[in-house]
Amino acid sequence: MAKKKTLKNNDIDEKKRLELYNSQYLIRVAEQRAYDLFLENLVKGTSHLSLGQEAIAAGFATAMQENDKSFCTYRGHAHTLARGASVVGVLGELMQRDCGLMRGKGGSMHLTDTSKGVMGSYAIIGAHLPMAVGSAWRAQYMGHDDVATVFFGDGTTNIGAFHEALNYAVVYKLPVIFVCENNNYMEYTPIESITAVKNPAADRASAYGLDSIIIDGNDADEVYRTAQVAYSKARSGDGPSLIECKTYRQSGHSRADPGAYRPDGELDHWKKNNDPITRYRSRLIEFGVKQKTIDGIEASVKKLVDEATEEAKNSPVPPEEILTTNVYANGGWAWRN
Amino acid sequence: MAQLTYREAVAAGIAQEMERDETVAFIGEDVARAGGVFKATVGLFDKFGPKRVIDTPISEQAILGAAMGAAMTGMRPIAEIMFSDFLAVCWDFVANEMSKSRYMSDGQLKCPLVVRTGNGGGSRFGAQHSQSIENWAMAIPGIKVVAPSTPADVKGLLAASVRDEDPVIFFEHKSLYAIKGEVPEGEHVDTLGTAKVVRPGKDATIVALALMVPRAVQAADKLMTDHGIDVEVVDIRTLVPLDMKTISNSVIKTGRLFTVEENPRLCGWGAEIVSIVVDELFWDLDGPAVRITTPHIPLPAADNLEDITIPSVDRIYSKILEVLR
Repeated sequence: MAKKKTLKNNDIDEKKRLELYNSQYLIRVAEQRAYDLFLENLVKGTSHLSLGQEAIAAGFATAMQENDKSFCTYRGHAHTLARGASVVGVLGELMQRDCGLMRGKGGSMHLTDTSKGVMGSYAIIGAHLPMAVGSAWRAQYMGHDDVATVFFGDGTTNIGAFHEALNYAVVYKLPVIFVCENNNYMEYTPIESITAVKNPAADRASAYGLDSIIIDGNDADEVYRTAQVAYSKARSGDGPSLIECKTYRQSGHSRADPGAYRPDGELDHWKKNNDPITRYRSRLIEFGVKQKTIDGIEASVKKLVDEATEEAKNSPVPPEEILTTNVYANGGWAWRN
Repeated sequence: MAQLTYREAVAAGIAQEMERDETVAFIGEDVARAGGVFKATVGLFDKFGPKRVIDTPISEQAILGAAMGAAMTGMRPIAEIMFSDFLAVCWDFVANEMSKSRYMSDGQLKCPLVVRTGNGGGSRFGAQHSQSIENWAMAIPGIKVVAPSTPADVKGLLAASVRDEDPVIFFEHKSLYAIKGEVPEGEHVDTLGTAKVVRPGKDATIVALALMVPRAVQAADKLMTDHGIDVEVVDIRTLVPLDMKTISNSVIKTGRLFTVEENPRLCGWGAEIVSIVVDELFWDLDGPAVRITTPHIPLPAADNLEDITIPSVDRIYSKILEVLR
């Protein structure tokens, strides 16, 4: 215990740190499982993994309160899991089974679990930023204390909706947090090669009167601390924040992408020297967490994902009668009498 | 009954719903302090204040996105897109987002909002401020599409749209804002998905929408006066849901169908109605179903050119006469 007190950055208690680790590790194992299930051809369509970006999802979700709202992109498995959505529901949706969060009607790119505050994952770049702004407007309008968080990639900073949403949120001082996960690549193209500024989100912040915030997105503690400050600002009525998290996507853009555009050695470098899971595991040890505790977390996460995988595999495909349900609010699809 | 203009009926409809329901708020460009560029929302800012009637930046994506995010989480926003042509810059929200979120989430997400917009020609504004784009909206599953032709319908259908649980695109016709008509006093709520026979007749059916409704009625009156041809006019009022029963009953009665559409020719809403009628009522038809539309061209600005582009009373009259003779 004496050792702990001499360490810097000892502001996060052990319970919280284990929570952060558990969350990151769950995302890692579930995303790896999603990848394996592709190879078995059990995940159809496309899929965008967050391998290497787990600390961002874990850090923000751990700092949220239960009624906070998350808005995600098609790279949304991590954020959905981090809010506590069922692993069966997530893997089942990727496998387009009846047990999926949306019974196979949305698929990998549209994970939604409103019971956990995951207000959807959207696959047209930029669209969900104004939606998060709208959720924040509702919170302000109705006097609710929830905050909307919107996660997006570096590529999103070059689309109009990003700029419209930021201006709008600042003008009305809305409780929304814009989180840019800068993983260096806009799909297959290095982001700096097609962006006017070095830091695609943070360098635009001043245009909207916001602080330029850049953090190490592979350090769950730093993400968590930054998130706490932003949530507290938003909840006190002091308006939005824009946070650029530097990270690295260890998988391809989507399942179809082997990542051939990466310079030799880049991926290995990140995996070896800046992997969020490896870094956090070392930190736990450094702070005196017993190896046995870490092993226990890892074993229980693996068991959870294994069981969820089996359950999803055994789940039937969605019944054909749901094809035409929930087009309209009356539950059906009728457009004429 | 009170005499209101079409534009006054817009404000009256919004006010009625805002008074009734605290979760209704109204956003758009120049809609609050200025009362809207068409003066259709005058008085709302003074009555309800800046919290509920909000001037936004020129950010159509932010306007529809904000309305959507608010609707998903418990409000019933009304958003104005000043000219319907501008919907093209935020069409993602109509075509991909508000129309699909309920389905993609298998019913977890809801989206009770109204997008009001100034639609249609006749103002000499040229190709980017005059279009009738209700057929674009009709092509998208998951939204409802309304286009009233009278002040009473504006108020009643707008109220119904606000109360509806689905996203509604509400097309107001710019060339109708100045018309006057009787509007019921007190609370007035109509029903989406109901067409109306606005002029009974026995010889032919005209199905029309928005500005084309009064033109169709005038043409029908003239056909009666000049030639004793008795034409029934059906105002569709809402394209989705589509009241085919009313249209079909009319066609069964008259045996002839004409559609009068302001949208350009290809894939206009009339094509869908004609196709349904041909499928289902072929043996009730006594002759070809005929579409009278704006030709497949961008709209010109010059008044003489615009007047020969959009179906006029004379064109409707002449075409029907030519076909029925």
